[in-house]
Amino acid sequence: MANVFSRIGDWVNERAPNMMPAYRKHMTEYYAPKNFNLWYYFGSLAIVVLVNQIVTGIFLTMNYKPSAAEAFASVEYIMRDVEWGWLIRYMHSTGASLFFVVVLLHMFRGLLYGSYHKPRELVWLLGMLIFLVLMAEAFMGYVLPWGNMSFWGAKVIISLFGTVPVIGNTLVEWIMGDFLPADATLNRFFALHVIALPLVLLLLVVLHIAALHEVGSNNPDGVEIKKGPKGNRWDANKPADGIPFHPYYSVKDLFGVGFFLTIAAFIIFFAPTFGGWFLEHDNFIPANNLVTPTHIKPVWYFTPFYAILRMIPSFFGTALWGVLGMFGAIAVLFVLPWIDAGKVRSIRYRGTGYKVALGLFVVSFLSLGAVGAGVVAELIPEWFGASADATFLENTFGRVMTLIYFGYFVFLWVYTHLGMEKTKPVPDRVVYDHD
Amino acid sequence: MTMTKRQLLMKKYVSSIALVFGLLVGGTSAMASEEGGLPSAGTNVNDQASLQRGAKLFFNYCVGCHSLKYARYARISEDLGLSEKEVMENLNFTGAKFGEPVISHMPEASGQQFFGKAPPDLSLEVRAKGADWVYGYLNAFYLDPSRPVGWNNTVFPNASMPNPLWELQGLQTAVMKADDKEAVEKLELTQPGKLTPVQFQQATRDLATFLEYVAEPAALQRQRYGIWVLLFLAGFTLLAYMLKKEYWKDVH
Repeated sequence: MANVFSRIGDWVNERAPNMMPAYRKHMTEYYAPKNFNLWYYFGSLAIVVLVNQIVTGIFLTMNYKPSAAEAFASVEYIMRDVEWGWLIRYMHSTGASLFFVVVLLHMFRGLLYGSYHKPRELVWLLGMLIFLVLMAEAFMGYVLPWGNMSFWGAKVIISLFGTVPVIGNTLVEWIMGDFLPADATLNRFFALHVIALPLVLLLLVVLHIAALHEVGSNNPDGVEIKKGPKGNRWDANKPADGIPFHPYYSVKDLFGVGFFLTIAAFIIFFAPTFGGWFLEHDNFIPANNLVTPTHIKPVWYFTPFYAILRMIPSFFGTALWGVLGMFGAIAVLFVLPWIDAGKVRSIRYRGTGYKVALGLFVVSFLSLGAVGAGVVAELIPEWFGASADATFLENTFGRVMTLIYFGYFVFLWVYTHLGMEKTKPVPDRVVYDHD
Repeated sequence: MTMTKRQLLMKKYVSSIALVFGLLVGGTSAMASEEGGLPSAGTNVNDQASLQRGAKLFFNYCVGCHSLKYARYARISEDLGLSEKEVMENLNFTGAKFGEPVISHMPEASGQQFFGKAPPDLSLEVRAKGADWVYGYLNAFYLDPSRPVGWNNTVFPNASMPNPLWELQGLQTAVMKADDKEAVEKLELTQPGKLTPVQFQQATRDLATFLEYVAEPAALQRQRYGIWVLLFLAGFTLLAYMLKKEYWKDVH
């Protein structure tokens, strides 16, 4: 057998001499720092979820009907009459939420250890593009079951484009292909969700990883291993603190995947709606343009940005500012590598100001999520009594949190460009205490 | 007894799994209890006797007006442990074939005419509103002469539906609050029905259980398979962990 495989290998090598080196470059001879911690699992987990979404998505399209008349019933058909259809659908719907869980944690890792600093700006930019496309992909996927929240969510989100001066209304009709979210909207969202955006997403993921492997991975110490001493057990010219991705990180990530799948399986089999957070109650009611759900709110992963939209008031007779704020909250992340001029990457050696600011940034992001999901509006009467002015309190809280969110970037620019940061000494080599 | 480093790590691993699961279970149950002052229905879709009693009530009292258009008689028979004969003779009063879905005989137009709004399909009622809501609603009917059909409901005020189970429950009337004549303080059973209040609560619990099953028949399967999937994945994770330890021995 071994002989057959090596002959096949030789045959391929003769015809495509660069294919095996590509495998070596990205797997067996990609030297990653040896000191990765828990935060470094989320990149490989995001790939696992991406594969899950594609595979389960293919099987869902075999029975889903992208028409306003049939979509809702076809989803119930999948849930009841298709063999294992319920499992495929729950894997897909749970996967959508977990995609955002792992991607948000993966991005936060970048903030913790300064992975967006030079020379990794391109990796960060490609990653941000992935995040943006992922949000469009998730939004369109959420519309497909054609439940009442699909319909009203689509209506609210698409209407945002109506705030664009002059062409707003035309733009909204152009996107929907109708005056309301309707059959035409559902049909085109299906096309975008199952083929157009996944292709873009895959391409971006390949570029993201390729760009990373050009510069090499950062690590929890933010030390450049390529600048450290040379020579390890495998290669005299490679960084001393690097270890081959395969087998070291492939087996480590295998453990991470096992752990992650155990949690995912718990949700899929025992709490697939996750208490109405992953699959919302109102989406089990078919789309109805005459009945508005009591609370129109997006799925949890959009809530921080949705809160910013709601918290910024209209003025000069237009609601455009909220929309700008919402998109600005994402846009500002793109330019983070140029906002942060810090000399040190990892939070381990950064100034106290940075640590406090990042902590506040996390608090503001989570708080905005709670505002967007309507949790804050529910808690206000409980904490302050039924007579409390809920709108005023929610707006005040939400606006303060919005200011903190954007304030993080302003502070970071001032703090680092004006040289106010007092950093700790960075070690020459990565810190690795093996157990 | 002192633990080796490996045992300590194992303990760390096991306790972190326990923590994550604790958070998941705690989180979901906290969210489930947030449904707004409704009494808990106490349903259990794995209680087959309760499901069978609930099905009997549904097909005797509800299917006249409400369909379950996504549920088939054959599937109900399979999941509730009833034979085809039992289902066709005791539950199917509409003349549908065994493989067909449960469709009410009432034409939508008549429903619209009788109640002002056609009675909704109940296939997904529990997924949309929760079993507690259904249970609470069925227990919250009271006589209200000001309403077109003479009934009102505290869980769903001004509902257009009359109490279909009044023969079983008896008649409830509302006691208004002293300071607010518009607000219901509590409901009083003024004329007893065929069932005692405790029996009626059980009957409505059975009905809510049946509707919970109808809303998601897959719940029976996923809970059954889920245990094995989790055990397999936990074992796999443990092996992967040991593999990682073995490979990483030589990283210093």
